[in-house]
Amino acid sequence: MSQSASAVINPAPTPTPTRRFRGITNPLARFLIVRFLLIFPTVFILVTMVFVLMRSIGDPITAALGDRLTAAQLAERISAAGYDRPILVQYFEYLGQIFTGNFGTAISDGRPVSELLVTYGSATLELAAYAVLVALIVGIPLGMTAAYFRDKWPDAVLRVAAILAYATPVFFAGLLLKLVFAVWLKVLPVAGRASTRTELQLTSLDDKSGIYLIDAIRLGSPAAIGDVLSHAVLPGLALGLLTAGIFMRLVRTNVIGSLSMDYVDAARSRGVSEFRLVRKHAYKPALIPIITVIGLQIALLLGGAVLTETTFEWKGLGFKLVEYLGARDFVAVQGIVVLLAVIVALTNFIVDIIAAIIDPRVRY
Amino acid sequence: MTTTTSRLVRMWRRLPVVHQVHQAVGLQRGMLVAGLILTGIFLFTALFAPILAPYGFSQLRDDDGTFGAQVPPGGEHILGTTVGGYDVLSRVIWGSRTAVLVIVVAVALSIFAGVLLGLVSGYLGSWLDRVLVVISDAVYAFPTLLLAIVAAIAISGGRSSFWGGVFAAAISITVVYIPQYFRVIRAETVRIKSEAYVESAKVLGASTPRIMFRHVFRNATRTLPLIFTLNSSEAILTLAGLGFLGFGIEPSAAAEWGYDLNKSISDVTSGIWWTSLFPGLAIVLVVLGITLVGESLNDLADPRLRTRRRAEQSAPILETSALSTVDLDDDESPIDPLEARS
Repeated sequence: MSQSASAVINPAPTPTPTRRFRGITNPLARFLIVRFLLIFPTVFILVTMVFVLMRSIGDPITAALGDRLTAAQLAERISAAGYDRPILVQYFEYLGQIFTGNFGTAISDGRPVSELLVTYGSATLELAAYAVLVALIVGIPLGMTAAYFRDKWPDAVLRVAAILAYATPVFFAGLLLKLVFAVWLKVLPVAGRASTRTELQLTSLDDKSGIYLIDAIRLGSPAAIGDVLSHAVLPGLALGLLTAGIFMRLVRTNVIGSLSMDYVDAARSRGVSEFRLVRKHAYKPALIPIITVIGLQIALLLGGAVLTETTFEWKGLGFKLVEYLGARDFVAVQGIVVLLAVIVALTNFIVDIIAAIIDPRVRY
Repeated sequence: MTTTTSRLVRMWRRLPVVHQVHQAVGLQRGMLVAGLILTGIFLFTALFAPILAPYGFSQLRDDDGTFGAQVPPGGEHILGTTVGGYDVLSRVIWGSRTAVLVIVVAVALSIFAGVLLGLVSGYLGSWLDRVLVVISDAVYAFPTLLLAIVAAIAISGGRSSFWGGVFAAAISITVVYIPQYFRVIRAETVRIKSEAYVESAKVLGASTPRIMFRHVFRNATRTLPLIFTLNSSEAILTLAGLGFLGFGIEPSAAAEWGYDLNKSISDVTSGIWWTSLFPGLAIVLVVLGITLVGESLNDLADPRLRTRRRAEQSAPILETSALSTVDLDDDESPIDPLEARS
């Protein structure tokens, strides 16, 4: 019971697919292959689910343009796009397309979704990276502090703070940060990834990475770097603090758990100080679940990124997704959602592999 | 007479939440009580919204004419008005009602579906189990908000009436949370399946449905209140997220905090703080309250995390000696085979 219960709070550290292979002591290579093969059913299930849900309301062309075109024009567009064929034929065609990396073409602006990944994916990646950084810097030390002061007032304050971080929707945190630092104190920019001038400078660069910080560094202009960083502070904080709360709780629980281990007792009886016990002995094993949980946080982070990007007009995949939602362009929406599903599945795979390399116990 | 009262007291203390309040000490008790108070206020507001709110949630004018947009707090409108000309306080109060409805519908649906699937899958096993586990893992790993968006599109095409909106939001949230209930119940079922009392029931000739729904169900669902509290807070956040992205409920159909926050993005830039602060605070306080309850229950259920009553802190021996032993036995082995067998 305790396991299932804590799993609710600290989203289960489960490389789940491998659970069924427990008992077979297999080397890392085998784990790698099995884990890799499991990506396919995951993506397949999500693609199928999204396809079924999205198509249950009819064809996307009527949804997007139904109130602007006449019935005849609609019918023409529908048959041109092949939406009048049997749904199963369309489904298999769609699966084939996904497999070859074709995620569909937006109805509203005619851009292929895979192209969006190149243009806007880097912005989302940059935001997520800042957020993870904030979460690690804030979450891990605070979690250790809370474990060290277990059940004393610093622990209570930190735990309530962690719950507050979780309870605050990322867009509300974003709006508050914006209000205080951008509107009242006027120390940071209100929205966007960079000021117009910097953006123009960055576009003049030859082979852009799309990650503004890297581009600004390559440009070599301190003003541009400062500009990009000052734009990143508020969105990074808003999204990062959300995850920091989760990390903190996780570190606290795990450090407390490993503090009750025999080897910690042994160290304590040798006269190791309580601070050193937390800092050195109990801390490292407590980090392993964090690595696994980061994998699951990717999903939360991407969901949060959609909201953060909308709050700060950060032009990433989430921002585009909301734009297409507004335009009722469900082909693009479906494309982006499926694309994100693939990204989540891949990152989870990578994180599981890293966890398996670090901790042999994960390999089952 | 005294025996009846003490029996009543004992029964009262064994009630789910009351029991935990008594079991908790110090900080943990403080957190639990604070959470219960916040949750209580939330439920109270939702129940009496028509009496508490000064205006209707979609009311734009009273006898003196229209309210006017973005009126600062004070006077007629204690918390000001929104960009759309609604009274902020009224929409915050009415919003609690929408939130409660969505949570109740969503959690009821996902518990029903998740528990049923988890029981069947865990108890019967075989290929069905494998398929369901793979599906639930796939869904579980996916961003909840994105899935909820897709489900919301499928259910309502984006927007609709009050009940349509409530159900669309609730069902979207359900789709996301079924895997969580499924996983927990299935894991418990698989564990309980190999207990001796299940085998004895089998030997005695009990039918599979009877074992599943009497013996396993009762024991596998003991963690539910916990997941229930934690999930309802997540459900509120998902609802607010949906509303923030424009998939909530139309302002004329019901008040929804996420929707109001979305409309206040541009207000913030021009320094208008009251349209975003109050709906946002409402979300934070409600989620905080429910999470505090859930978290405290979770810690109390986990012997590693539960704060023990220290010897010097415990009440006089006279009063508690019998009860506290009962409490400890009750929780150290959360699923008590003896209890189920009798």
